[in-house]
Amino acid sequence: MLELKDLHVRYGGIHAVQGVNMKVNKGDIVTLIGANGAGKSSIVRSIAGLVRGVSGEMLYTGRDGETINLVGSMPEKIVKKGIALSPEGRRILPHLTVAENLTLGAYSRVDKKAIEEDRQWVYSLFPRLQERHWQKGGTLSGGEQQMLAVGRALMSRPDLLMLDEPSLGLAPILVEEISAIIKALNADGQTILLIEQNAYAALSIANRAYVLEVGAIVLEGSGQGLLHNPQVKEAYLGG
Amino acid sequence: MTSDLFIQNLFNALTVGSLYALIAIGYSMVYGILRFINFAHGDIFMVGAYFIFFAAAHLPWPLAAAVAIGGASLMGIIVDRVAYRPLREAPRISALISAIGVSFLLENLGLVVFTGLPRPAVQPQWMVDPITLGSIRILPLSFLVPAVTAILVLGLLWIVYRTRPGLAMRSISRDIETTRLMGVSIDRIIAMTFGLGSALAAAAGIMWAIRYPQIHPFIGVMPGFKAFIAAVVGGIGSIHGAVLGGVLLGTVEIMAVAFYPSMSGYRDAFAFVLLIVILLFKPTGLMGEKLEDKI
Ligand SMILES: Nc1ncnc2c1ncn2[C@@H]1O[C@H](COP(=O)(O)OP(=O)(O)OP(=O)(O)O)[C@@H](O)[C@H]1O
Ligand SMILES: [Mg+2]
Repeated sequence: MLELKDLHVRYGGIHAVQGVNMKVNKGDIVTLIGANGAGKSSIVRSIAGLVRGVSGEMLYTGRDGETINLVGSMPEKIVKKGIALSPEGRRILPHLTVAENLTLGAYSRVDKKAIEEDRQWVYSLFPRLQERHWQKGGTLSGGEQQMLAVGRALMSRPDLLMLDEPSLGLAPILVEEISAIIKALNADGQTILLIEQNAYAALSIANRAYVLEVGAIVLEGSGQGLLHNPQVKEAYLGG
Repeated sequence: MTSDLFIQNLFNALTVGSLYALIAIGYSMVYGILRFINFAHGDIFMVGAYFIFFAAAHLPWPLAAAVAIGGASLMGIIVDRVAYRPLREAPRISALISAIGVSFLLENLGLVVFTGLPRPAVQPQWMVDPITLGSIRILPLSFLVPAVTAILVLGLLWIVYRTRPGLAMRSISRDIETTRLMGVSIDRIIAMTFGLGSALAAAAGIMWAIRYPQIHPFIGVMPGFKAFIAAVVGGIGSIHGAVLGGVLLGTVEIMAVAFYPSMSGYRDAFAFVLLIVILLFKPTGLMGEKLEDKI
């Protein structure tokens, strides 16, 4: 579905991503782990079209079966092609209601009826959002905002859902809740690219995993494989 | 002052205030989204007044008004396209300087194309034939302007709060990047914002020219400047604030002169006094919230 070939990201003089190769197959959960500043967000933000200094190839095969290189495409075009990103830090619009935030997530679509059905579907995934649908995004708790960020990304009905640190700053019980939902979505066929600091949770649900260090992939393998890899254990799983 | 005179002045205040409000909205909306002052906005008001002057020579008045509003709206979109959009990534001061440049350009273009000769505006007679209500004599225009303004403002609020592009506008004003991530084409929404703001300014220009029937290339300078002050007084970035600021400024100007006729020479200074007083007590303006600079 998505293949990154020799991807480089540069911000002025900073060479943040240095020749990354990655692959996301349809139906998989792929996870990308790495320390702070490794370049994880830079990769997903590049895929979403938010970064200027991208070179290399990002080959994406959308629902129409056509393969295109995403490099240089505008974010709105990429969303239409079926890729959504729930960004790091949630980025909920604080002055819009929960319902409006969800409507915004569906901006790339036109069919009102289907959008409404999907809103109900998101509410069924996150009942707490339904209870608070009239509330301003800024008044939600951190966990609720994260649910809203995931729900908002789902509202575009993406073929590829990218989640940048969805468990950041959440209590363990909420981390599990989000994890369970990610798993359930995937069981329904949703392809997911997951970025996590919490390597244990991410690796245990991933089909495929990549470890990023200072802009380069240093390890890759199955989620279970990396979970038991001594290097990973030492660096990311607390020994 | 007699109560009759007071009521007449009240309508005057509401008329002038409505016109300031209509112009102020455009400043406020553009600032809300792009965080810069579109100094050429007052000149769009002028363009609207000229457009109807020429259009009314060939078309029935209502149609001419529609053409003028459409033309000025397009003009606003073109200004954004050629003078501001290329500078979106540049420091904000560049766009600001570009805006000042566009303002001079439009005014001088006005001088070249329309000449400096003041033109008599077309006044539909029924709007300016005073009607008598009891002991009060009043121009139908004094009802018409506030009424048309109310309708236009309600229409705008409907767009901003009830439609998808409106949702995108409100979203952009907080977080451009996230809004793009949702699939919104930013440039299209910004163009729409300029189009709407310019349409309202042109509507104000048309009504202004009926009330003060002399059109010249600098007709937009003072009203534009005052409307900008009204937008700041109301809290720049807020549509409600722009309306409130406009009406407040109109009221202060008209009433101060009505109560103290000897002050009439200082009329244009009241705007600044109001600005200073309000900002002393509420630095963000009456309805403004603190707008943090965006990421
Ligand atoms: N807009 C930017 N301008 C300049 N440098 C940037 C920018 N965004 C990221 N960087 C730099 O690129 C590098 C990678 O950043 P990135 O955000 O991709 O890391 P990350 O792996 O997501 O980190 P974290 O786990 O802390 O979120 C960092 O050194 C960062 O400082
Ligand atoms: Mg990151």
